[in-house]
Amino acid sequence: MATQKTLAATGNVLVAEAMRQCAPDVMAAYPITPQTTIVEEFAKFVAQGRVHTEYVTVESEHSAMSACVGASAAGARVMTATSSQGLALMWEELHIASGMRLPIVMANANRALSAPINIHCDHSDVMGARDTGWIILFAETAQEAYDNTIMSVRIAEHPDVLLPVMTTLDGFITTHSIDRAQVMDDETVAAFVGDYHPDLALLDDTKPPVSHGNFAGLGGPYFEFKKAQRNAIDRSAAVIKSVGEEWSAICERPFGVIEGWGMEDAELAIVAIGSTAGNARHVARELRAQGVRVGVLKVRVFRPFPFAEIADALGGCKAVAVLDRSESFGAEGGPLFLEVRSALYDRAERPAIVDYIYGLGGADVKLELMRRVFSDLSDIADGAEVPGRLVYLGAR
Amino acid sequence: MPTVKDFETPNKPTWCPGCGNFNMFQALRQAYELTSQDFEHLAVVWGIGCHGNGADFTRCQGFHALHGRALPAATGLALSNPELTVVVEMGDGDGYGIGLGHFVHSCRRNIDMTVVAHDNQIYGLTTGQASPTTEHMMKTVSTPTGVLEEPVNTIGLAIAEGATFVARGFAGDVPHMTALFQQAIEHKGFAVVDVFQPCVTWNKLNTFAWFRERVYKVEEESGYDPTDRAGAMALSLTTFHDMACTPEQCKLPIGVLYREEGRPTYQDGLPQLDEPLWKRALAPRDLTEMVRGFM
Ligand SMILES: Cc1ncc(C[n+]2csc(CCOP(=O)(O)OP(=O)(O)O)c2C)c(N)n1
Ligand code: SF4
Repeated sequence: MATQKTLAATGNVLVAEAMRQCAPDVMAAYPITPQTTIVEEFAKFVAQGRVHTEYVTVESEHSAMSACVGASAAGARVMTATSSQGLALMWEELHIASGMRLPIVMANANRALSAPINIHCDHSDVMGARDTGWIILFAETAQEAYDNTIMSVRIAEHPDVLLPVMTTLDGFITTHSIDRAQVMDDETVAAFVGDYHPDLALLDDTKPPVSHGNFAGLGGPYFEFKKAQRNAIDRSAAVIKSVGEEWSAICERPFGVIEGWGMEDAELAIVAIGSTAGNARHVARELRAQGVRVGVLKVRVFRPFPFAEIADALGGCKAVAVLDRSESFGAEGGPLFLEVRSALYDRAERPAIVDYIYGLGGADVKLELMRRVFSDLSDIADGAEVPGRLVYLGAR
Repeated sequence: MPTVKDFETPNKPTWCPGCGNFNMFQALRQAYELTSQDFEHLAVVWGIGCHGNGADFTRCQGFHALHGRALPAATGLALSNPELTVVVEMGDGDGYGIGLGHFVHSCRRNIDMTVVAHDNQIYGLTTGQASPTTEHMMKTVSTPTGVLEEPVNTIGLAIAEGATFVARGFAGDVPHMTALFQQAIEHKGFAVVDVFQPCVTWNKLNTFAWFRERVYKVEEESGYDPTDRAGAMALSLTTFHDMACTPEQCKLPIGVLYREEGRPTYQDGLPQLDEPLWKRALAPRDLTEMVRGFM
């Protein structure tokens, strides 16, 4: 019988708790603000004997992901966590993890990238990794960060998938604020994630030896490897949904790759990822009370991108604002905008769509800004011109 | 010439009260004054860590590099403008951990610059995890059951890899540190000053009091010869003891541990550095004469 207790804890503590419950064989990590407390909390669990994990303190994130890749290839269930410059430093290893089809689970505390140096929230780090072949989940709250971590293990290790998963939460806002959350009992989580039985582990002495990562150059199977990777991440869409439904039934919390508020009949909508969805919803509620038909669409899964679901959800709107907490300098808009707009391309009826870059380096996401966005959308729906290019929301 | 005060910015240091970085900051500025640094020619490069926050407090041509990457950034600076005096401030996690490879290669090159390591044997900025110089078996937040690895022998490594000035300071002795920094800056070649810098907030073992009972100055020892490379190497090994050692059991040498004058620097091997690269004409050169011989 699944039993849950209600805790008041930070997002990082809850992620560490979920990781402990999933019982990885190996964790290799390097500290970086605001991820640090995840691995510190986990180190405590190891010291207390509450989880039997080989916990390796390495000398950089590059070494952390290298150690994870080695351990995963050897057949272990492997987890780690990082943020910002740490994720950037892992870049070449991120491709090794996905290319070798190693189901590593990594938490990322979303933080701005240097330069100039800044330790606060934005999505530049994770968006910089969006083409590394990892499945990418976003959490709005500490609760979602907890749930996503548990689901990630099942998604990554699913035989139809075998891909690494990055489960992200917003730096400080979600990692460090104390929030109320429900935590499942250990047995239920253990039964849900199950044991990991890799097919091609290096240390499996019952099978002929295998070798990972060999040369696949001209005329070799490189191209086909990539196609297989593409097929796997496409297949993961269905796995994410079914794993989400299964977990949702146990924990009695809804899960969707996208989650709408007021989207059934919204004329004006904000699309957001991460913690900002809450700010947008708060203002949407105010406006609904005044009879304005507004909605908020939150995207929980960024890779694989749920383009069909998003197009369906936004199809009936008159005007849509996409909130991007990272840049794609020189592109038409931020990463989320590019995806959302592309998702709408095949639709006969398309809403007007505007991109807002906001909150870079932790710049405050005031409710006032959300009101301004809805007010812009309302003007556009009434015939005002759509801004020709992205808008830097709230920049001085 | 700028004096100690002139190297300050309006920003007051944000280090914890009592942090060893304050004294290092003082000693470094004194050394800049003593070596007659001017704003045109002094370039300081910092890594990331509490030490790196000095970038906000020091008035100079500054570059705040990434975690562990101060040395390669400084190398680029030094090579493109040989008229600069280049000083690197790095942390122990920064310079001997994530950036250790750069340290080894900088020593090997004997590149003419000065490195000051703020060696507090802990990750200060990220709040108290073990660093590559943390004592063996010390408990920290990242190593609740104790550090399994032996600390990096920073002095021995620098000597072995070819640094030509290797010194150790103690942040509790400003005049001594100042003299070390001054000599390091004046030295031609790769000069390393590793400073015991107590982190009063996170390292409760290696405190000012702990060091005070253990450090001794090599220059006050009769017969210590800092030009004897093997002797200096042997001395570096005497630094390592059991974490629980008493002051009698563990003595920590400070001062100039090794120096070698006259070894060519990396810059000496690059004749094109006779003038700063940026002053060289970018205009196409007439190669007609040179090519004629091949026609
Ligand atoms: C690639 C990368 N990983 C991790 C960090 C986080 N980080 C910042 S400072 C630091 C360690 C600081 O320790 P140290 O170098 O000894 O300097 P101190 O703060 O003690 O002066 C770490 C791990 C980072 N900035 N960049
Ligand atoms: S944490 Fe330690 S090193 Fe950092 S400023 Fe405080 S005392 Fe100094």
